[in-house]
Amino acid sequence: MANLKNTEKKTKAQSMGMHSEVLTGRTQQKFFNPDEGENLYYFGTYDVDFNKRTELDVKEMTAPEANKEIDNLMSQGFGTIVIKNPQGKHSLGVGILNKLNLIFEGSLGYFGMGSCDGPTVRINGRVGWSCAENLMAGKVVIEKNAGSCFGAAIRGGDLICKGSVGARTGIDMKGGTIIIGGDAGAFTGFMMQRGRIIILGDVGINLGDSMYDGTIFIGGSIGSYGSDAVDAELTKSDQDWLTRKLKVAEIGENFDVSKMKKIVAGKKLWNYDNLEPTEKKGAI
Amino acid sequence: MCGIAGLIHRGKSSNVGSELQGMLQALKHRGEDSTGYALYGDTDGKNFIMRFKVGENVGEGSSSIMEDVSVYDERKKIVDQYLAELGAKVLKEERTLPYSLRYEISYDKKDLLDFSQKIESIPGVEILSMGKSLEVIKDLGNAKAVCDRYSLDKVVGTHAIGHARMATESGVDIKSAHPFWGYPFSDVSVVHNGQLTNYWNNRRMLENKGMRFMSECDSELIAVYIAQKMKEGASLEEGMKASLTGLDGVFTYFVATKDSLGMAKDTMAAKPLVLYESDDLVAMGSEEIAIRSVLPQEIDTYDPFDGEVKVWQI
Repeated sequence: MANLKNTEKKTKAQSMGMHSEVLTGRTQQKFFNPDEGENLYYFGTYDVDFNKRTELDVKEMTAPEANKEIDNLMSQGFGTIVIKNPQGKHSLGVGILNKLNLIFEGSLGYFGMGSCDGPTVRINGRVGWSCAENLMAGKVVIEKNAGSCFGAAIRGGDLICKGSVGARTGIDMKGGTIIIGGDAGAFTGFMMQRGRIIILGDVGINLGDSMYDGTIFIGGSIGSYGSDAVDAELTKSDQDWLTRKLKVAEIGENFDVSKMKKIVAGKKLWNYDNLEPTEKKGAI
Repeated sequence: MCGIAGLIHRGKSSNVGSELQGMLQALKHRGEDSTGYALYGDTDGKNFIMRFKVGENVGEGSSSIMEDVSVYDERKKIVDQYLAELGAKVLKEERTLPYSLRYEISYDKKDLLDFSQKIESIPGVEILSMGKSLEVIKDLGNAKAVCDRYSLDKVVGTHAIGHARMATESGVDIKSAHPFWGYPFSDVSVVHNGQLTNYWNNRRMLENKGMRFMSECDSELIAVYIAQKMKEGASLEEGMKASLTGLDGVFTYFVATKDSLGMAKDTMAAKPLVLYESDDLVAMGSEEIAIRSVLPQEIDTYDPFDGEVKVWQI
């Protein structure tokens, strides 16, 4: 790390006389070193036992109260938590940076399971807008339908909806896999940068609009292609991966993946070439 | 933001006032500058119910100018005089608040255009709704406050739509609050969540065709636009489908008539809507928690897709 106090070389601004002081102070910049265990430690994570199970009724709780109680239960070592009566509340299950088996007995509102890294979640209901936004790792399965912006900006993990989803699924996603058993709305894969989207049903207009990179597989009809979204050849490797992924996701049994359409970026609009944190983790 | 909610019972009546209050109150975080109800109550269908205001709520947060209550009384007198001149007989009169009135009227002409124009020629007077089933009630504050103020929790009817407003592009006042009456059509009302970007172009065009705007709220355009389409002979559903291309911007809106309820979503699906549909009830709102206030048990709901228009009958 550079010692700013000992820096002798003048910046261009200093040489032009725009300022003369030497910069001092501390920096929070850290460099990634796989040999240092501390870099792989998340603040606020717990050792949990998946066989240690409990139930939490959130009917009379606000979302912050419910989320705090989930954290409290994890701190006590509970690795399987069943949430009763979520009743469409917003922002339930957000910010879980832990391995955890989480089951919702009902539907969630907006931003459910947002900003998580690691949990395995089953939602026996529907989810509202922006479910699992910014998911880093883990698996989230929705048994019914989902709202718009499903899996917005996810960077890793598997996000599975067995029903249909609204508009802008996978908008700005940077990794991971989204699998939809039913239909998807307009602007699916809008500005996606990495990762894969699988839609077994039909998809609306402007599919893959302005996508930087990544791959979209469609089983049904396509309303229209978005700007710079183009067809690509569906390879044997793609079909093997799709078959394996659908099996793991417990969705689309006997679905003929050989008839799926593959859509990628034409790369006429944008260039994008930075490794994401999940890929860095994979590299070590 | 703003939140909208609506429900329609098919084949029966229910306490729609209380149900809609619960739905809108669940959405109060989307805006509580004002709240409005369009309730389709059980009536014998013989007489008109006219909800109108002779002034504004000038309480805390209002963008309206303070007026003396005596001015309201003067305006009411002129309304009464004009009604007599139009041949309308006031059967029942309720003055819930100094500025807000409800008249039950016997009036046998079908065309409400001349009627409305004459009443609204009185400065400061606006008809909030005119219909044989519809009553539009809107005022400043959240759903519960408005419901309590106007005693709406006991209203029984078949269907209702409502709006919780966060004022963005026009004032905090009753005239800019939703729902909007589909002037001059009896029993037509509209609520909207979103922004319309070709408001002025459409407004100028519609005003040239004789339609009237009472506010500068872009949402009012939807009511007038649909009313104009129906005036030209279109069905409600046809008018709503035309709006998908005729109106520019982002929107999810509901329209209700005396026997139907419809929804439309723009082609970018930029505004939320969650829908529950069964054989005897359709309930919808900007968020699922609105529906959960009337159906707390686990239910199957979904988001309508972009460019979708649906209409249900009672």
